[in-house]
Amino acid sequence: MILEVAGLSTAYRSQAVLRDVSFSAPEGELIAIVGPNGAGKSTLIKTILGLTPSLGGSVSVFGRPIGDVRTRIGYVPQRESVDWDFPTHALDVVMMGRYGRLGWFRRPGRKEKAIAMECLAGVGMEAFAERQISQLSGGQQQRVFLARALAQDADLYFMDEPFAGVDAATEKAIVELLRRLRSEGKTVIVVHHDLATVPEYFDSVLLLNVTVQAFGPTAEVFTETNLQRTYGGRVAFAVAATGQAKGAEA
Amino acid sequence: MSMDFWILLTGSLAAVSCAVLGCFLILRRMALMGDAISHSVLPGIVVAYMISGSRDSILMLVAAAIMGLLCVFLIQWFNNRGIQSDASIGVIFTSLFAIGVVLVSLNARQVDLDLDCVLYGEIAYTAWNTLQIGGMDLGPRSVWLLGGTLLLVLTVIGLFYKQFKLCAFDPMLALALGIPAALFHYLLMGLVSVATVSSFESVGAILVVGLLVIPPSTAYLLTDRLGAMILISAACGVASTVLGFALAVWLDASIAGCIVAAAAILFAVTFLLSPKHGLLFARLRRTRLSRSTA
Repeated sequence: MILEVAGLSTAYRSQAVLRDVSFSAPEGELIAIVGPNGAGKSTLIKTILGLTPSLGGSVSVFGRPIGDVRTRIGYVPQRESVDWDFPTHALDVVMMGRYGRLGWFRRPGRKEKAIAMECLAGVGMEAFAERQISQLSGGQQQRVFLARALAQDADLYFMDEPFAGVDAATEKAIVELLRRLRSEGKTVIVVHHDLATVPEYFDSVLLLNVTVQAFGPTAEVFTETNLQRTYGGRVAFAVAATGQAKGAEA
Repeated sequence: MSMDFWILLTGSLAAVSCAVLGCFLILRRMALMGDAISHSVLPGIVVAYMISGSRDSILMLVAAAIMGLLCVFLIQWFNNRGIQSDASIGVIFTSLFAIGVVLVSLNARQVDLDLDCVLYGEIAYTAWNTLQIGGMDLGPRSVWLLGGTLLLVLTVIGLFYKQFKLCAFDPMLALALGIPAALFHYLLMGLVSVATVSSFESVGAILVVGLLVIPPSTAYLLTDRLGAMILISAACGVASTVLGFALAVWLDASIAGCIVAAAAILFAVTFLLSPKHGLLFARLRRTRLSRSTA
């Protein structure tokens, strides 16, 4: 198991956001985290990564505490979490993915630039390298974020809603990227909101609503009963249960 | 060397320190943090003065830096416990400033600390207060103090440029990469405190906020690169000093006031005329666009 989470809990003020979350992620899979708004999906990722404090529980990655293995972990935050008017360009943002490997004092140089350029090419964005980031479309910004995660050259990736608000071309590019990562033996954990595409895109799924509702291979776990339990009465359709129908969303 | 030279040098050194640090403040949407820090260092200054009896001590810088960091810490602490961030800033810095004012007034007899001087600065007297070591006159104290501060600011920002940049743009990624974002937050705030204190004698605790915020805001309108923004900001700081001094001589007015007013004029002109973000060119582009689509 590449990631083991045991009994993880967090709270915002006095409200529980995550309660006793435990699961073990197998290596080399694309894994979706799915659940209604306020289920704690982003918080789960951030707590695993140690970006927000936990009230209890433990996380081990590659069998080690997370602090020891940060260079092997890639992270794509939500696109809205940063200020896209920041005075910088696409290539520079991608190079930030290398900062963790540079240590305290080394500056990014020619090698980092070359790697960043390669990663931009990997998401079809090499033509926009020098473009100020506010002049990119939402989908292009998301691809820059993905390129930055590629630049981290990790074995385990966490992505927070990478498909949110992107155009069809970007969605396709992201799916291709995810599959390429899987074929290289990487593990990718994705917060996802579009139930209809879960069976097509992901090998395993974690259904979350403050607590883990179900976790396992998509074919076994992504059932109507489990979705009903996760979303309460709000999933009034059975489409996603089999993954045959498309176009509907919670 | 002439008095004018020392005034210009003092003003420029203060302006550049503030202009560089200010870039990170405004990009982190913390422009008002500079305001808060510059006011809350007052009690630190007074206490240090009461202990050491001098205005030029290192103790004063240290005490002020501690007060500045305490201010930042308290703002964060209250903010985390449900007080709105702007309210939290307002509560903390006015309270600390009030403590400083009370301390000054209580000790008015023993403490020869002119509140006007703290608030508004007096750069005109720069040349008279010189540093003497072993009978040698080494030039104005404030030049040494501000020069040292600028050196410190440039060294720290230069060494950790990538960390400061990433923490300003995406603190979550910084943390995920194992970069201690909180450390760099307090390091930046500590530098702002030191720059504020070493500038207060020349420009005063209130106008120093202008030097922290206005030149970076001007630079922000002129470039899309952080490195360029910092350089332009520093240049704007020096230009404001020179322009402001000329203005002050011409009007026979407060030098510090004129320097910040000059910075404001540069900002206003840039806001109107900047090719990238200026009002004029934006309007021209819109007219052209509406003509071409009409």
